[in-house]
Amino acid sequence: MIKLTNVCKDYPTVAGPRRILDKINLTIRPGERVGILGRNGAGKSTLIRLLSGAEPPTSGTIEREMSVSWPLAFTGGFHGSMTGADNLRFICRIYGVDFEPRLEFVKDFSELKEYLYEPIANYSSGMRARLAFAVSMTIDFDCYLIDEVMAVGDARFRERCRVELFEKRHDKAMLIVSHSHRYLKGTCHRFLLFRDGAIEEHDDFEEVYFRYKEQIGEGFKNKAEMVSAMDADSRDAPPRVLVQK
Amino acid sequence: MPVNPGSTTGLLLRDSHLSVMRRVIGALLLREMLTRYGRNNIGFLWLFVEPTIFVAIVVIVRSFVKSVGVTLSIPVVAFALTGWISMLLWRNMASRCIGAHKSNMSLLYHQPVTMLDVYIARVTLEFLSITTALVVLGVVFYLAGLSPAPENMLQVFCAWMLFAWFGIALGWTIGGLSEKSTLVVIIWRPMSFVLMICSGIFYLADSLPHNIREVALWLPMLHALEFLREGWFGSLFQAHYDLFYLIICNLVLTFSGLVLVRQIGTDLADDD
Repeated sequence: MIKLTNVCKDYPTVAGPRRILDKINLTIRPGERVGILGRNGAGKSTLIRLLSGAEPPTSGTIEREMSVSWPLAFTGGFHGSMTGADNLRFICRIYGVDFEPRLEFVKDFSELKEYLYEPIANYSSGMRARLAFAVSMTIDFDCYLIDEVMAVGDARFRERCRVELFEKRHDKAMLIVSHSHRYLKGTCHRFLLFRDGAIEEHDDFEEVYFRYKEQIGEGFKNKAEMVSAMDADSRDAPPRVLVQK
Repeated sequence: MPVNPGSTTGLLLRDSHLSVMRRVIGALLLREMLTRYGRNNIGFLWLFVEPTIFVAIVVIVRSFVKSVGVTLSIPVVAFALTGWISMLLWRNMASRCIGAHKSNMSLLYHQPVTMLDVYIARVTLEFLSITTALVVLGVVFYLAGLSPAPENMLQVFCAWMLFAWFGIALGWTIGGLSEKSTLVVIIWRPMSFVLMICSGIFYLADSLPHNIREVALWLPMLHALEFLREGWFGSLFQAHYDLFYLIICNLVLTFSGLVLVRQIGTDLADDD
């Protein structure tokens, strides 16, 4: 379980401290999938940073009784002058797990093969994203943080990502930040809508998505109109997404 | 496809804090080594080349001085080597700690990693590489007949440890301060240069006039250097140092360094 109690986060600006999160109370139970919506700058990524421990809260407490991942497929921790294999070895070292079997897994899963022995600076962005996703899958966590799931690789690679993440890890807690209904609908058990530093909790996706759209000024007249627009959207665009019902 | 070897759940919660820290520092150390010295070894070679150049310059200057009739009683190679390499220790530790936060910030997304680990790894690598340079050059100069072996190995060892302690504490303090204000970075560059000149690379405290020596001995590095040189060739000159003063300085800097490193990252602006 992860428990946030009265968590506030301020960032200093020229005009004085700006409060991004204001007295957040939140509990994430084992195996629970939580979808996160909110406009840009509403504090979604800040919450992810606090949960991963990258930054401490300004006030309030975060209790972690589960192991929490780094944001999924995050490439920032990689060092460009090191090879893919060396970066993986570093990750394995800090988490205290065996490197060799994971190297085999990453080599195969990322489809990078011998490129794994090239410095990451020479990778294309797609290769880097595939490596990052594969590396994220080598450490087993109780709770995964997923900030804006990306669509990388071809359909086959995305399908394997889906299997690895949502089927093999169906019993893990996840926090999924996304703007897209196609990622969130049917994936999450409950939803958080960020608004003015506070969060609203919702259990019903249509309700939360309706309010979210309203918030960002793309509101629908009623829910029926929204649902039909969503259906049309899903039909028109072939499911290029990682997560699908 | 090979099976993903998932490890047991909760691996981070099971281990004790210290064993996690040791593991992370070890991993960071190897990463720093790989990225700093990397596949090309120029950086590592430079560690040996830089002091050697300095020693060579001092030897040349000395032979010039000698030719005009002034004789020096101390072994000049050992004098130059101890001076330059101990300066490298504190200067490099400080410069490596400046900017350490920025280039390692993203590692904090990994829960086992803390900022203190990053700063410990940085100074440890510096300590290991400069100690290697000292040992290698000391042995080479000794075998080449250019420098005597240390008279008191234990004292040299203790002096080196005190120097390392000073360098680490100074590095953390300067590194921590540099995160508070970029002004510190701008001031530190010329200041370290002045400190370098004043800190006894080019002189023995005994060769200074009494009143100037009193002022120079405000610098903690001069105390450590005098102690180090006394261990190496102490029978040939009168050393001036106060270990109590040095240790007090080290303690104060260690305290301020730990406080400042702890504060790093808690008060940063962000674009989110």
